[in-house]
Order: sequence, then structure tokens, then C-alpha cells
Amino acid sequence: MIHFVILINRQGKVRLTKWYSTYSQKERSKILKELSGMVLSRGPKLCNFIDWKGYKIVYRRYASLYFCMCIDKEDNELEVLEIIHHFVEILDRYFGSVCELDLIFNFHKAYYILDEVLIAGELQEPSKKTIARLIAAQDSLVETAKEQAGSISNIISQATK
Amino acid sequence: MASPPPLPSSTSVLSSASSLADSLFQRSLDDLIKSLRSDPSSEPSIIARSLSEIRREIRSSDPLTKSIALQKLTYLSSLHFHSMSFAAFHTLELLPSPSPQTKRLAYLAASLSFHPSTTELLPLATHQLHKDLTSLSTSSSSSFPFLPSLPLHLLSLASSADLSSHLAPDLVPLLSRSSPLQPKAVAATYRVLSLCPSTVPVLFKPLVDCLSSDNPLTVSAAVGAFCELSAPPNDPAPYLPLAPEIYRVLVNSRSNWTLIKALKIFSRLVPLEPRLGTRIVEPLSKFLRESQAKSLVLECIKTVVSCLPTHTEAMRLAIDKIKELLSSDDDPNLRYLGLQTLGMLAPGHLWALEESREVVAQSLTDPDRSICHEALRVMMAMTLQENSIESCTLLVRQAAKSDPEFANEILDSVLTSCSKDFYELVVDFDWYVSLLGEMARIVHCTKGDEISRQLVDIGLRVRDARPELVRVARELLIDPSLLGNHFLYNVLSAAAWISGEYVEFSKDPMELVEALLQPRTSLLPTSARAVYIQSVLKVLTFSCNSHIDESSSLVNDTVIARMLSLIEMTVGPLAESEEAEVEDRVRNLLGVVRLVANIKDLSVDKDKDGMIYEVVRVMDALFSDEMGPVSANAQKKVSVPEDLDLKDNLADLSEFISDNDAAMSRSNPSILFYPQSCNASEEVEVGPTSVAESTSLKEHRKRHGLYYLSTDKETTEPELTEDYPRVNETLPPSNGDTTRRVKVTKLRPTVVKLDEGEDLATSSSLSTKVEAMKDDPLSGAIKDVLLGKNGNGASSSFDASSSSQGKGKDKVKGKEIKSKKGEEGESKDRHKGRRKHKHRKEPAPPVSVAQETPVIQDFLL
Repeated sequence: MIHFVILINRQGKVRLTKWYSTYSQKERSKILKELSGMVLSRGPKLCNFIDWKGYKIVYRRYASLYFCMCIDKEDNELEVLEIIHHFVEILDRYFGSVCELDLIFNFHKAYYILDEVLIAGELQEPSKKTIARLIAAQDSLVETAKEQAGSISNIISQATK
Repeated sequence: MASPPPLPSSTSVLSSASSLADSLFQRSLDDLIKSLRSDPSSEPSIIARSLSEIRREIRSSDPLTKSIALQKLTYLSSLHFHSMSFAAFHTLELLPSPSPQTKRLAYLAASLSFHPSTTELLPLATHQLHKDLTSLSTSSSSSFPFLPSLPLHLLSLASSADLSSHLAPDLVPLLSRSSPLQPKAVAATYRVLSLCPSTVPVLFKPLVDCLSSDNPLTVSAAVGAFCELSAPPNDPAPYLPLAPEIYRVLVNSRSNWTLIKALKIFSRLVPLEPRLGTRIVEPLSKFLRESQAKSLVLECIKTVVSCLPTHTEAMRLAIDKIKELLSSDDDPNLRYLGLQTLGMLAPGHLWALEESREVVAQSLTDPDRSICHEALRVMMAMTLQENSIESCTLLVRQAAKSDPEFANEILDSVLTSCSKDFYELVVDFDWYVSLLGEMARIVHCTKGDEISRQLVDIGLRVRDARPELVRVARELLIDPSLLGNHFLYNVLSAAAWISGEYVEFSKDPMELVEALLQPRTSLLPTSARAVYIQSVLKVLTFSCNSHIDESSSLVNDTVIARMLSLIEMTVGPLAESEEAEVEDRVRNLLGVVRLVANIKDLSVDKDKDGMIYEVVRVMDALFSDEMGPVSANAQKKVSVPEDLDLKDNLADLSEFISDNDAAMSRSNPSILFYPQSCNASEEVEVGPTSVAESTSLKEHRKRHGLYYLSTDKETTEPELTEDYPRVNETLPPSNGDTTRRVKVTKLRPTVVKLDEGEDLATSSSLSTKVEAMKDDPLSGAIKDVLLGKNGNGASSSFDASSSSQGKGKDKVKGKEIKSKKGEEGESKDRHKGRRKHKHRKEPAPPVSVAQETPVIQDFLL
């Protein structure tokens, strides 16, 4: 099972965190500090797996972002590498050549997409097309709802409530 | 949302005015992010300001304002780890909102921040979650068909046992209907199941049905769910009846993810039911041969190696694949995984490991830390008696070249594996002892404690290694540079003790004394110095004795005279030392020195110098008796005599025993030659000498009235006595060490073992770990459902048939199948038990064979 997903950039700033097991806020920041230390100090030619406190950390670097996932000892590391790649490809398809800025400004969207890919620490949807379709559908729903809400009549009714 | 009841006009104007202001001037998330990025130095102040704004805004009644505030808060909480708990109530308020955007936001915030441990408001969400989960059946929100996915996420991340049990029935329709939501429902179900086993009757059957669903995603999710449910701390046994289904999935599925999960489940089930192993060998070999996906191949290798060691064909395939992985030079990941799986082959198939020895040795020097670790592990697994010498030499040489952390790891693993089972791996103790000396010299070594313990241990147990030990010790003692290294002081203590104890093997006692008394020894801590001084005493005694006997050519008049004068010169000033340990021993030493001061002028006339002879003989007799190691349980073996009343006697001594002393005299008889707490002003002698005869010591003892107990020798009387043996009486036989089991191997020096106490101490910890299986209400409930659904309470029959197969097998990995759920008493027994494989007596009456076993039998035929 995947315990958490963290995206850090080369300077150590966090771009996304999702926790599938329980950790308190203090534990989370501690884990993050440790992780950034470990992952950022590894060179480019080294293998993508780190042993950490009885768990394994699988990470991969895409441009300036490190995608890290923490798994149990028995899990298959290559599978998780593929999951990471899967997620990145979906992001790419959605945002169109995704870069770090996209993730910074579309913070919530990144979460929604991650929720379609992984649920409860397991892979949910291996097909990129389906996910793209799902997210697009959700987006359009939101758009139509927004339009409705943004219509003049609504604004007036809201203001006079 | 229904409009609120009309308020009196003034307040409504005010509230609407403030909300208007809020909503118009509210900073959106984008603004927040931009401001954070523009000015990184003032980040904390921006965050603080935003937090206070958010607190204000989130209380507003306008849902839009609220939602934007929540959005900002989610951002801050998720990336900057601020606590979101104050917003919990407002999040709940936003959950029912009709606007999908707000709803999504609210659910996201809830799933990120809610947890039963951080907020008690979770039960308030029950109704809303219920509505949302069942919204598909009520046709009102057909415009938002993905609505239930939101609460499913929340359930899977942040649920509590209560919430799960309330909402379980709502999951059932989602599980049964084939929709895009089904996989999500499956995932949420497995979380709910593990949190709240009482929902098993409701949810388990639909989950099992998902295994046979048409939607491959659902099947994949279901297999994944079972994989997680049967994962290690839980008991995989209840899932055995599902084996046929999962086999079908294994054979038919096209998706690699699914196959990997199915293989994992099988790897847990096969140890319980070996016939399954024969069935899955076929498909496994097919995958190994044909599959292109490395992840699947890896999983197959792992399964074959861990569960099917007897199927030679499959093992051959797997080992070939491992070799392939190992040889991929350009991909460090594959090499790492190759090493890892190679390590899994360890006890059974060492020949395969041998074939790859060079690759492993090369990987030790890899720049990648993870690969080095794995290589070290594999090396240690490969080490046997035959090749221990070259492996360990190679490793220690590598340690000398590596960085501190890895070097210490290597040393640690070498030390532990060589000392296991009373040095089972070591055939040539001379080599091992010199290796220990070399290890101590490695620059970053922090394993001084262990090294010193082993040096002393070997000295006590292995007679034949003593000359070599003395040689190594001499080298360590002579080197002045080692004295400054504070990691090594206990190694030096050990070296000094060895030199003193086995001085008869030393080639040059004078050199020893010089080394022990060199000026830089003042850098050593008190405990070490105490040992040094004591060793000087022993060396002196030996020299005097051999001088009198004229047995040794090294010790003649001039040498002795020099020795004596050197000792007086260097040790004299220490007599005033503040450290009690040092002072005590120094005074002993000086006492003896003065007594034999005229030894160089020894004449044949025994009468004149009778006292010197006397003293020397006695001292020699004192040190010449060999005392072996005493096991930790020795005291327990001494049975208390009938007429002994323990309480009374001890009570008398309470006046002059402080807590410290009492603890020391009763305490562990482990091999210590320096006391643990040197702060006590009372002299607690813990050294190897039990009775000393020089006059100064006698007076000393009279003053304090204590009999010094040595930890090496357990006395027969449990009480502390005031008598101590007279001068020429032989020392009472040490009843402490009982039967010695001596292990005899050809060409290998004998290693003295003690009684059973030592063996048991190490093995009991292992066995409790092995036997400890959690009393699992979940597995019990599942068992009930699975087997109960076949009608006639066939739980015991299932166990009767499978445990009859299981009886013959001794492999331990969680094999015991529970006959009933919640057998508290029996599980406690297990924990107390030792290495014996306990079989649980089944109290249930054996029922005639039920339909369950035929399911497996038919399938396997």
C-alpha cells in the first residue's frame, strides 16, 4: 500500500502532499524534512529506491520535481515506478506539457487528478484515456455550475440575502 | 439552499454589508500564491496574515466566501502544515452545498484534514455522507453522476469505526451495480472492513462478487483489496477459500497490475496450502518466460523464491532471471532488485549465490548507498564456515575504505554474524582475533564495545587462542596514538585485562609494564585506568614468581629492579588520586611493591627473606586459578537450603548498604571488569580478583566490613557474610559454573559453552516474535462469513481437514489456523510458549466434511 505521495522541487519546496495513512501535522513536517534531505542529495545515476525506517521510498525526478511515494517492504517497487510515471503522463495530458508552475497555480486540480489515479493507497485506474475523460467531465460540470452561479440574477439574489 | 427566515432589517443590512465587503475584497487562492512567491523572505508573515484573514472569512455566511477561504486554508495546511482543525465545522457546513465546485472543495478539505483522532465532528457528517452515497438511486442529481465518489474518498481516508458501520449498508448498492464507481467503492470497502470488522457480514459478500465482475477494473480493485486485507500483520488464512477465484483471475487477466496483486495473494496463501503451489507453477513459469513487463517478472521471481523452493524448474527460471537483473550494468534499479532477490535465496540455495559472488563483491564498492547495503546483506547471507575468512577479510578491508556510516554497518554485521552461536562461523581463531584488532584500528570505528566484549569472551572460552590474543593486545597497548581515541577505551581496557590475565603467554613482561604505564594513559577514563593498574599488578606477580623460580630468562635481577622502580615512579603520584577505583588499586600495587622491594637481593637463605617468598607465592596462587565464565542463570540453579531465612539476614545489613551497593552486589554477572557507576564513594570491587591478601586491603575491608562479591564468581550463600577465607585456604569451589558443554570439532579449538541458560536467552526472544500472531477479529469474522455461508457452521471441519495436512509441517510463518475467533486464552498461551511448535487443540466437535473442502479438492484435481 502506498502510504504517502510527496512532490518536492529541487530547492526543497513542497508542491503536493497526500497522505494515505495517519500522521499528525508534526510528524508530517518531520517526515518531509527527512525525505527532502535524503532524496535531494542523491545523484542522477543512483537507483530510485531508498530504505527508510522499515518502508521503502520510491522516487523519480521529472525536470525540477521529485515525485516520491512511500511503500511497504513487500510491495513491488517497479510497479510503483510505473504508477508514478502514469500519474505524470496524466498530468501532462491534462495540462498540456505540464510544468511546475501549473502545479503551483492549479493546486486543487492536481489533487482531483491524483484522486482519480490513486484511491486508498492503491492504483485505481490504469487507463489514461478514461481518467482524462472523467476529469474533463467533472470540469465541465463545474464550469456549467459556475456559469449558472455567475449569472446576474444569482449575484443579485446573493447580495440581497 | 432554503432562504433564511427574514431578519430584522438593520442586522440584515449590516451582515450583508460585511459579507459583501468580504466577498468583494477577498483574496483568492491565486492572489495568495502570487504573494507568497513574490516575496519569499517574508513568507511567515504573509502566512500569518492570511491565516487570520481566513479565520474571519470562513465564519461568514456567504458560501462563496467560505469556500474560497477553505480553499486557501487547504493550500496552507497541505503545503505548510498548519493545522486545519478550527475549520472543521465550517467544512461540514459546506458539504451539503449544491454547487459542485464548493462541494468538491469541501470534500477535499474534509478528506485532507479530518481524522477521528483530530476532530470529534466526524459523526456530524454521517447524514450528509449517507445522502451523497445514495444519491444515485434518488434520481434528483443525475446531473452529477460522480457525486458518490467524493464521500467514497472521504471514507477511505478519514473514516472512523462508527462512521464505517453506519455507512456500510450504503456501500452495498454501489458495489453491486456495475458502474465507473464500482472500483472506488471496492477500495472504500476494504478500508471500511479493516476499520470495523463488524461490517463484514454486510460487505464481504458483495466484495467477493466483485471478483467475478465483468468490469476488469473492478476485478483489479477487488484483488487489490484482498491483497491489502491479507497483508502481513493480518492473518491470510481466512482468504484461502477464495483461492479458486483468484486463480481464475491469474490465468485470465491481461492487466499487469492485477496479476501482480494476485501473485502477492498467492505468495501468502501457498505456505498455508502447498497444493496451491503446484497449481500456480504453470502460469508463473509462463510469465517468467514470456512477459515483457519487468515488474511482473520481479513479482514472479519473488513468489517463486519465497513459496516454491522445491519446484526445480521454476527455481531455475527464476534464478536465471535474477542473474539477468544483476548483470544489467546501465540500470542501477535492476541491479538493486537483483541483489535483493538474490538475498532472498539465502538459506536454501547458496549455490546460486556462490555463482554470483564476484558481482556481489563488486557491488560493495558501488557509489550508490542502497546497492551497497543490499550487497552487504547478501554477503552476510553467503558466509559459511568455509569461506568466512575471505568474506570477512574482504569486508573489513572494504570498511577501511568506506565512509563512516557504511564502515560501521559492515563492522556491525561482521561482528554479529561471527559471534552468533558461540562463534560458529569462526574456524581459525588466531585469524579472527587479529581481525578484531584490525577492526579496532579502522578510523571511524564506533563498535568498540562489541569488539572488547568479544575479545574478552574469546579469551575466556577458547584456550588455544590466548597466545594470539596476548599478541594482539600487546600491539594495541603499545600504540600511543590509540590512547587518545575515546571510542577505543574499552577495547584498550580489554587488551589490558587480557595481557594481565594471560601474562604467561607474553614474550616480554617488561615491555607490557612499560606500555601499561606510559604517560599518555592519563587520557584514559577512570575505569580503563583501573584495569590497567590491576594488570600491572598481575604482570608484576608473574615476573616476581618467575624470578624466584628462575624459570624465565627474561626476568632477571635488573629487569625486576627496573620494573619495580618504574612502577613506584609512575604509580606513586596516583596514590593520592581522587578516583576511588584508581586509588584503591594503586595502593594495592604499591603495597606489594614495597613488600617485595628487596627481591633483587634475594639470597638463598630462606629465613631472612622468608616474607618475600611467602608474599610472592601467595600472590601467584591468587592469580593462578582459572575462573571460567559464569552463566547468567547460575545463581538460580543454586537451591536455597531449607533452614535459610533470607529476609532476616539481609535486613541487618540495611544500615550500611546503600542502594547503590545492594544493586551492584546482586546485579548481573556479565563479564564486566569495571563498575557501572563510578560515582559511588563506596568501594565496590567488581574485578576478577575475589580475595586479596595484602595488609592494606585487609584493613580496608575491616573498615568497611563488606565482603566484596566478584561478579565472576557466585557464592553459594545468598546472604552477605563477614567471613572471608584465610590466607592459605583454597578458595571455595565456585558452584556457579555448572556443567560445561564443550563443543568439539576437528581442528577447531574448543569453545567453552555454558549451561542451557545462555542458549535459551537468545532463542526465547526469537520464538515469541515468531509465535505472536494478533488475535484478529477481522479474520475471525471473515472466516465466519465465508464458511458460514455454506450453511452448517462448517468452520471446524475446514480446520480439521486443513490442519491435518498442516500437522506434519514445521515451517513456521503464521501457520496456525484459528479454529474459533477470539480465542484469547490460547493466544496468550502461544505468547508464553517457546520454540516448540504448539498445536492448538480443537475444542469444537469435528463435523462431517462440509462443502468447503470439495471446492478446493475439485478444483485442484
